[in-house]
Amino acid sequence: MTALLSVTGLRKSYGSVEVLKGIDFEVKAGEKIALIGPSGSGKSTCLRCMNFLEKPSAGDIRLDGERVGVRPGGRGDSERIMSDRQLAPQRAQMGMVFQLFHLWPHLSVLENVAIAARKVRRLSAVEARDLAMEMLAKVHMSHRASASPLELSGGQQQRVAIARALSQKPKLMLFDEPTSALDPELVHEVLKVIEELAAEGRTMLLVTHEIAFARDVADRVMFLDGGVIVEEGLARDVITTPREPRTQAFLKQIRH
Amino acid sequence: MINFFQPYAEYGGEWLPVLLDAMLKTTLLSISAFALAVVFGLLLWFCQASSAPSLRHFASLYVTVVRGVPLLAVLFLLYFGLPGIGVTFDAFTAAMLGLALCFAAQVAEVFRAGMMAIPKGQREAALAVGFTPGQCFAFIILPQVVRVVLSPMIVTFVSLLKDSSLASLITVDELVLTGRAMATEYFLPLQIYIAVGLCYFLVAWPFSLLSRRLAVR
Repeated sequence: MTALLSVTGLRKSYGSVEVLKGIDFEVKAGEKIALIGPSGSGKSTCLRCMNFLEKPSAGDIRLDGERVGVRPGGRGDSERIMSDRQLAPQRAQMGMVFQLFHLWPHLSVLENVAIAARKVRRLSAVEARDLAMEMLAKVHMSHRASASPLELSGGQQQRVAIARALSQKPKLMLFDEPTSALDPELVHEVLKVIEELAAEGRTMLLVTHEIAFARDVADRVMFLDGGVIVEEGLARDVITTPREPRTQAFLKQIRH
Repeated sequence: MINFFQPYAEYGGEWLPVLLDAMLKTTLLSISAFALAVVFGLLLWFCQASSAPSLRHFASLYVTVVRGVPLLAVLFLLYFGLPGIGVTFDAFTAAMLGLALCFAAQVAEVFRAGMMAIPKGQREAALAVGFTPGQCFAFIILPQVVRVVLSPMIVTFVSLLKDSSLASLITVDELVLTGRAMATEYFLPLQIYIAVGLCYFLVAWPFSLLSRRLAVR
């Protein structure tokens, strides 16, 4: 089976600091992969490189066989990074959920979820609205469709943000620490929604600090440290019986 | 005290229509100059935000120059200076242009600051759902910037309204010039300039209230 997402030789530097030092991995359709690691390990940067919100310094990212973010140059074999305008159709194929939700406060909950369907996928107003209501039902937020995002709790905002990403009908969902900014009592409702999506067979790449969740929901786990993948394997194996000393040290620290 | 108020009773009927007329002129001048300043200011803001270096340099040069030159000098230049090279404006147009050119820089600054108040994540979320930068600006950024700048824009308008008094020095018969003519005619500068001040206040006050209400929200 060919990979839905394949990443080879991904590197990212900020000035002289290299935060990603050559990352390779593949995600098959329907697979759920958790990226774990200490803060500063580059896991969020890695995730943000997938849809080029962060421009990689080197590497090759392919979604469904199509090269993401890079097009052949005009002359010779030089390649050029796409502009945000050129990237838009590729980004539309990946749904992204941010740590800080980033709902648009001037739009209602329903509009937040409907606007991309309307403006990017060019659905009619009625179709976009129906789709948005359907997605809100998935995240159990139908009852707040007409509310302003500012009236919602963090957990509710994040669930709406998930519905917004789902409205893109994405091939791949990217989660960037979706519960890190939430009050502890609100984490569960968001994880539950993500778990339900996982059960639907969606392809997901998830950066998280919720180790138990990664173990139970992800198929595979990648442990990132210092800009490289230190250890990778079946979720249960990596988290319950890590082989690498750095993984062991990290997991031990997180449990205490 | 009787002496102070007595002229209002005696001449009020004569003063009122003249002052109202001048107040209308001041308001017209301010509103038209402000509308033009918003247009210029938006263009300037687009230049500042542009990816073309020449446009950005032009915008920053413009703002620097306008900040360093007094409005009165600009008005004199437009009204008394430009006819020297064959460009002639009537007084009202010269005042409107001068005010607009100077306040465009402020409008651009207000928009720039408003834009900076929008968190970076708003744009990222918009790009992530597949918006082009143009769609992102039109549907996500601009509507939020407009809300943020509404209150400071009204403050800018009130300050333009007050600065429009400088137009009296290039013969626009707005409130101050009218007041000066009346003061000379009636020889009652105290009562007349108080009335003139009151006229400005009556135009500006509702806007100040509105701006404060918007800022609270």
